[in-house]
Amino acid sequence: MLLFYHFGRYLVFLASMFSKPEKFGIYIRRTFTEMVSIGINSLPIVAIIALFSGGVSTIQTSYQLISTWISKTIIGSIVSDTVILEFAPTITCLVLAGKVGSSIASEIGTMKVTEQVDALEVMGINSAGYLVLPKIIAGVIMVPLLIIIAMFLGIWGGMMAGLATGILPAEMFIEGARSSFKEFNVIFALIKATSFGFIITSIASFQGYFTEGGALEVGQSSTNAVVYSSVMILCADYVIAQLFL
Amino acid sequence: MIEIIGLSKSFGDKDVLKNINVAFPPGQVNVVIGASGSGKSVLMKCMVGLVQPDKGKILYEDIDFVEIDYREKKAVREQIGMLFQGSALFDSLTVEANVEFPIKMFSHMSKEERLDRVNFCLQRVHLDNANKLYPSELSGGMKKRVGIARAIALNPKYLYCDEPNSGLDPVTARVIDSLIEEITDEYKITTIINSHDMKTLFDIGDNVAFIYKGNLEFSGSIEDFRLDPNPRIEEFLAASYFKR
Repeated sequence: MLLFYHFGRYLVFLASMFSKPEKFGIYIRRTFTEMVSIGINSLPIVAIIALFSGGVSTIQTSYQLISTWISKTIIGSIVSDTVILEFAPTITCLVLAGKVGSSIASEIGTMKVTEQVDALEVMGINSAGYLVLPKIIAGVIMVPLLIIIAMFLGIWGGMMAGLATGILPAEMFIEGARSSFKEFNVIFALIKATSFGFIITSIASFQGYFTEGGALEVGQSSTNAVVYSSVMILCADYVIAQLFL
Repeated sequence: MIEIIGLSKSFGDKDVLKNINVAFPPGQVNVVIGASGSGKSVLMKCMVGLVQPDKGKILYEDIDFVEIDYREKKAVREQIGMLFQGSALFDSLTVEANVEFPIKMFSHMSKEERLDRVNFCLQRVHLDNANKLYPSELSGGMKKRVGIARAIALNPKYLYCDEPNSGLDPVTARVIDSLIEEITDEYKITTIINSHDMKTLFDIGDNVAFIYKGNLEFSGSIEDFRLDPNPRIEEFLAASYFKR
């Protein structure tokens, strides 16, 4: 029953964000600031994860394909499909849940326990709308963009690992990647990325917004944000795969 | 005039406010006093809409703040300035941006006009040359003064101060008290202060409401409060070295 209570509270919280903004310009500027914070500031970690996951994927695929009857171009196919379908959207978003999710929950949680959220409310500002909506919009826009970059870097990392270790030349890798490329896979990955962007920002904001107490509770909210959004990403990953594939 | 009629609030089975009836006259400093846990903070939170009371009315002039919808509440809140116990300044903004924040949100002033107003408010609380500092670089007294500057930025009709002196040294506490008194007189604001500092009450208070364990034990003028035979008031005065 507690699960339904929290889910209901989460839905009411999301609904409470949508009231007429006091000034559109201020909300738009806040959204751009959040886009920088969520998107641009996450670029280094996303790039590192994408490069290494692509590289490792090439080495491990090659290790498992020991038959001389199978063309090495298949490595390019497998690596590019794996990166596009799973590694780029899911693994990257799990890491973003840690980086972005904990940051959002602790920021809003600290504002809550130091009465800054109350100060907004007393001024007549819809605090959920002002603090959370720009983060969710920024997440839904920036996470797919980060995933597109992760796809490129993941495939490039896989190709470079193949080249550096002598597993296969770049031309063969590209040939394999091209032969199995389907536009739908990219669309599917972007659907996942948009959903995960929403999950990360909304769950983290929810956890932060309902923090009560002090520093200890802010830490707990931050941990809960990472755990719940990671679990929800995995559940959504399964549901989306079941629906679209 | 703010009037509270039959206000009650409980959390679970704990009754925090029990049938409170009190009026706060306009243009005066009204002090709500009581021991820690007596319910005065919950009363203030009900009055600004941060806590929904179980029963009763909160009348701003003739508008019942409990019954009106979110949009109408917003309109009333735009007339409220509030100084929080911990100042509640926005950490990510400079002093200037903190004071400018409500002006930016609710007025159509140009950038220059806004800055003029910010500088005026900061000068009014005797804070010059602090515009570009962040809250983390300020002392407790300075934070309170920025809090007051932000609260008066939009010329509010009602000023709420939750424990304005908590955590301050006696000299700074008196400076903050004087500021609140001066601002109330100057702009004819209805000020409501939550405090257990009896010096604040006797220095700047015009009216007092005394809450004991969720019950309103007294409301009226400071002179009548001093002479009231209620043993709880006597005990409170004695404990604060203001024994009659």
